Amino acid sequence: MNALYALFAVVVLVLLAFLGVSAAGLQVVFGVIVPYAAVSVFLIGIVYRVLKWATIPVPFRITTVCGQQKSLPWIKSSPLESPPNGLWTAARMALEVLAFRSLFRNTSISLASDDKAPGGKRIVYSANFFLWLGAIAFHYCFLVILLRHFRFFTEPVVFFVPLVQVLDGFFQVGAPVVYMTGLIILGALGYLLFRRFANPQVRYISLAADYFPLFLLLGIVISGILMRYFLKVDVVKAKELTMGLIGFHPVVPDGIGSLFYIHLFLVSALVVYFPFSKLMHMGGVFLSPTRNLSNDSRARRHVNPWNYPVHVHTYEEWEEEYRDKIEAAGIPLDKG
Amino acid sequence: MYDGGKIVAGLVLFLALVTSPIWYNVVTGKAEYKPEPKIVTQEKECVAPKAWMTAMHMTLLNDWRDSVVREGNREYVAANGKAYNMSLQNTCMQCHPNKAEFCDRCHNYASVKPYCWDCHVEPKEKK
Repeated sequence: MNALYALFAVVVLVLLAFLGVSAAGLQVVFGVIVPYAAVSVFLIGIVYRVLKWATIPVPFRITTVCGQQKSLPWIKSSPLESPPNGLWTAARMALEVLAFRSLFRNTSISLASDDKAPGGKRIVYSANFFLWLGAIAFHYCFLVILLRHFRFFTEPVVFFVPLVQVLDGFFQVGAPVVYMTGLIILGALGYLLFRRFANPQVRYISLAADYFPLFLLLGIVISGILMRYFLKVDVVKAKELTMGLIGFHPVVPDGIGSLFYIHLFLVSALVVYFPFSKLMHMGGVFLSPTRNLSNDSRARRHVNPWNYPVHVHTYEEWEEEYRDKIEAAGIPLDKG
Repeated sequence: MYDGGKIVAGLVLFLALVTSPIWYNVVTGKAEYKPEPKIVTQEKECVAPKAWMTAMHMTLLNDWRDSVVREGNREYVAANGKAYNMSLQNTCMQCHPNKAEFCDRCHNYASVKPYCWDCHVEPKEKK
């Protein structure tokens, strides 16, 4: 049901853009106003959320670790799993951000037959790399596709675009050349969606907010592939529109094709949705205190900075205060 | 704010990357450039209508390549019944010999690098 809500939302977005452009002629709305508004919401939203996170105090080290902490020299430590200083923390963060190391530890649980176990079955945990594979394939393809799109936002086209295009279209299949990232990202998104349906545990915890980005991204990728290989839009006019947006002198050329506006509207929707959703893990991964702190709680003393001075009345002071009374009552004193 | 310096630096870097195309085009100053491919021929029509050719010429050339090289078939009958010789050199470039002013204008604008000239002889033009 959650998946249907999400799919329905994406279908409504597609229809909105299609009807808005082809029936109502709202090219200016979908080509200029919506993208400007969407990017503004994106930038302000991300800055707002990151600054809001930044105001939350983190006085103590709450690192989640999965390895031996650095302690005595003869105990072997694993600094990457339990980073003792900033440098190792940076290395751990880099591996997480660039290689998705935590997903690499994903396990799958299954029941295996075992005559000795009660009930004839026992739980078996095994490594499951598919989540990691799907996630890393998706993210890197998305990056490459984003870099390729710089051809629409720079004039003359910035130097790295042709390099990326040559590598991405390495196999020179067809004309226009087939980009492998387009195919891989479809496969990766397809798997990430399939996983939410196929695995009962994952399906149980999947919300509409988990399906929506997947359907939205699939919509963006499919509309992009249709534009490039099948239904075609006027690329030169599309770039005139995007360059108009970039240069703040918006123009809406005639005859780009409504598919372009569908693609642009879905991207705008993604960009608006970004700061309000789980997609904020882009900024959040850098700001998660269980990962970006070094585990030096025992090596260094961390004092809570908002500790106020507490008036302490020690036993020694108390004994001094009532010395005569204690002596009179014959009770032994610490300081004779 | 804890590590405020690092967080603000990260945010500034993020904003700089997202808005980088704006600064790039401010520096180059070519945001309003529009490519205008120059047609030099006296012929009135191409092998297909202009709008279709704009969108599909790469597919047509790819089909012609396959037809000629793999099937040995050089005859193309256009939608209006007229027959053409499938040849980049002898048909396309009869009307469009000006690669730099015709092909390259849009291709450079949209960063398209077709590999036609890996096999075909590139027309020599005055630069």
